[in-house]
Amino acid sequence: MALNHDFIGRTHGPSEVYEVSREKIRDYAIATGDTHPVYLDPEAARALGHPDVIAPPSFAVMLFFRFGGWPLYDPEFGKRKEPVCVHRAQRVEHRRPIGPGDRLVQTTTVDDMSVMGEHEQWVMTHRISTVDGEHVCTVVNTILSRGTADLPRQAPAPVLQPQEA
Amino acid sequence: MAAKVAHDDIEVGTEIPAQDITVRRVDLLRYCGACSDFTATHWNERIAKAVGLPDVIAHGTYTIAAAVRVVTDWAGDPSALVEYSVRRFTRPVVVPDDDAGATVRITGVVERKLDDRRAVIRLRARFEGLEVMSGARAVVRLA
Repeated sequence: MALNHDFIGRTHGPSEVYEVSREKIRDYAIATGDTHPVYLDPEAARALGHPDVIAPPSFAVMLFFRFGGWPLYDPEFGKRKEPVCVHRAQRVEHRRPIGPGDRLVQTTTVDDMSVMGEHEQWVMTHRISTVDGEHVCTVVNTILSRGTADLPRQAPAPVLQPQEA
Repeated sequence: MAAKVAHDDIEVGTEIPAQDITVRRVDLLRYCGACSDFTATHWNERIAKAVGLPDVIAHGTYTIAAAVRVVTDWAGDPSALVEYSVRRFTRPVVVPDDDAGATVRITGVVERKLDDRRAVIRLRARFEGLEVMSGARAVVRLA
């Protein structure tokens, strides 16, 4: 197993504070091809009963890389540039929509790591809250590490930059 | 907040309007930037082919992010969507280097009605006739 399964149960965070802006919500919405006015136009959002624009439901997923992608780039984790990792599963739950001015922090826990045939996979939960402790959203990601089940662990791996993962 | 579809007006089996999502290379670039996810298989043909893929592929997270639009457009207010999930991203959406891009057909049907005016929508995404994710669902709170 190339990955370090001692990471099961490890937690990282809370992260630094991410302050949500209208402009980032706009850019993100356009990037997903969804230009619903509630994401772009405060007046349209107010007409639907919101105090300001809201972020698309998938906006919270963006925080994983924004906060450094732990544990991907932790040298002790064992992830290398190759083979590649792919998303296997994802779940996103919202207590309320994210909006401009939200000051968010994220705490990530590695819930499980396992061998799936020739592959390895891990499950991580990202709990996203405001700095005041209001739980806003939970994202659960399952990532498949292709073909690494039979590879030896070589630690520490070189530190990767996000564009190399 | 202001869903335009009433929980009383739907039943198990109610179909929601389908949509075709077009994914071109420029869309993937934009999503890479918006998410800071520069995994090379989503923008670099050379690396995608080197790891055994036919070409650059869409992020699974992009596909589901775009797919839930059928639910939020139907509900009328995206805040009505309280949860979505994909049990497995099964097949890659291959995005060619041309002006047409890849087209993914998104369909949804009411699978279950829950309490608190919520409903479970079963989502399907088909690319070239084959499903690209399994066990995709959204939970929506209706009027």
